[in-house]
Amino acid sequence: MSEKYKTVAYYPGCALEGTGHGYNRSTKAVGRKLGLDLIEIPNWNCCGAMEVKNIDPELQNYLSARNLAIVAEKMNVDTVMAPCNGCYHNLKKVEHDIAKKPKTQEVVDRLSQKAGHATYQAGEVETIHALDWIKEAIGEEGIRERVKNSLKGLKIANYYGCMYTRPRNIFPEKDQGEGSESTHNPHYMDDLLRAAGAEIVDYPLKTACCGGAHTLADSDTSTKLVLNLLQTAEDCGADVIATECPTCHSGLEMHQIRAEKEHGIKTSVKMLYFTQLLGLALGLSSRKLGIHENVSDASGLLKERGLA
Amino acid sequence: MPIHEKSLIRPEDLTEHEQLEIDGVDVSGHWSTFIETRVVSDYNERMEEEIAALPGGEYIHRCFQCSSCTNVCTVNDLNPDFNPRYWIYLARMGFEKELLRDKDLLWQCVSCHKCTHVCPRDVAPEGVMKAMATWAELKGHTEVKPAAAFDAEFTEQIVATGKIEEGRIIRGFFKRTGQPLNQPWLREMSLRLARRLPILMGLKMALAAVFRPRTRDWDKSRAAITEYIAEREDANRRALNLD
Ligand code: SF4
Ligand code: SF4
Repeated sequence: MSEKYKTVAYYPGCALEGTGHGYNRSTKAVGRKLGLDLIEIPNWNCCGAMEVKNIDPELQNYLSARNLAIVAEKMNVDTVMAPCNGCYHNLKKVEHDIAKKPKTQEVVDRLSQKAGHATYQAGEVETIHALDWIKEAIGEEGIRERVKNSLKGLKIANYYGCMYTRPRNIFPEKDQGEGSESTHNPHYMDDLLRAAGAEIVDYPLKTACCGGAHTLADSDTSTKLVLNLLQTAEDCGADVIATECPTCHSGLEMHQIRAEKEHGIKTSVKMLYFTQLLGLALGLSSRKLGIHENVSDASGLLKERGLA
Repeated sequence: MPIHEKSLIRPEDLTEHEQLEIDGVDVSGHWSTFIETRVVSDYNERMEEEIAALPGGEYIHRCFQCSSCTNVCTVNDLNPDFNPRYWIYLARMGFEKELLRDKDLLWQCVSCHKCTHVCPRDVAPEGVMKAMATWAELKGHTEVKPAAAFDAEFTEQIVATGKIEEGRIIRGFFKRTGQPLNQPWLREMSLRLARRLPILMGLKMALAAVFRPRTRDWDKSRAAITEYIAEREDANRRALNLD
């Protein structure tokens, strides 16, 4: 185990306090089990999600920067970990924009000053995703050593979604060759869940879009996109789609039901957060991992495979 | 790379004679296809500038029409009429009328960022799509589309409390767009969740609906943001010569 990322500032984001609660619970439980420390950012605010930037991109940058500023000023850590792809994307985005665009720094400074809190400057903290955290701090070898209840026989399609890899310019650490994450063909989830014993199916849609940004505004489009994701996963032989984002996850769950109710098309593949799957392999109970909080009911499948 | 572009000649600009003979040669059907000649004179010379001034549009001028964006576009894959490259071309050329033919599609970009990922000129076309949708709404060419209603609901909640609460977002959005909350699939989802959730968790969610999650000491942030939004909205309207 490396000391890097052993202690991180935790930015759960709004969704993890709502529909993504199972992700929140399992991220914390897995961290504890692995001996990693999460310290929640005190009094954090919403990062602006996918919406505020459409009102004004610099306003979104301010909202994200406020959280980073709290970490830089008040916490004795230099890394922020965000499990939600949207939050992660936005924190990376403001880091990029502040370094590259004087206008961003100007707006962030101005609003921070008026709001009466510290402003944020490029490079003060590093933002990582929950996947980076476990991959770097524990690694595949570390997972393999700690597996109590192998996921052997479970066929998983890993779904990374959009915001974890796109656009490439806000993720300078990706695509850096051997060992680094790839924006074209991300593999950190594959690596970790394979180490936990699962069979990873070849899933060509790992970075396709679920229509999450318009999940309610244009539900028909989202249902079409999700249905394609679900059916392709089933065609690839997957029992489970592993997710790493609360918006993707709840979008898949919601539109699986919508496809069934509105179009009569039923799919049976289950959705689980990658932290829930890892947690099961580490011997944590499904209740501790919040699996009962998912809409997609995987309990039957997990029992059948002796995992819950 | 596959070619995803559709023909840019509109069917109504093509004429064909079913029966036609010219100088003794039978040119019926396809052989007599003509493209109507036309002269465009009603440019909006400021169109690129207008879109560049709106949120997300600032790099539209960099586009060199490679079409990588359209080629990877999630929505284009569902509907070939959704064509970012083409719309950017029209905006840069000032072909406002042509763009307005597609005005009701502009808002449908799902922000997958595939275009921004591949664009070799750092145009950030995803942002340009948002700017174009805003442009069409501000100019009164379209009503406020559901996506913009969602953005507004979301942003208002953040401004109010520093955080959002999903149940409130769903209720607020459906109310704003005049849709019934009682959709069969939403009902089914809540039912499935309620069936499996422990009572405590259900209680916590019900409480969140009453006591909104909020960031403490948010008042000064709220004031700063509110002032900033008003300033930006003013600037947007000025850029489009409204008022
Ligand atoms: S990918 Fe970029 S440069 Fe190419 S057509 Fe699209 S916006 Fe223009
Ligand atoms: S972000 Fe919008 S325009 Fe760009 S590829 Fe995705 S759907 Fe198409």
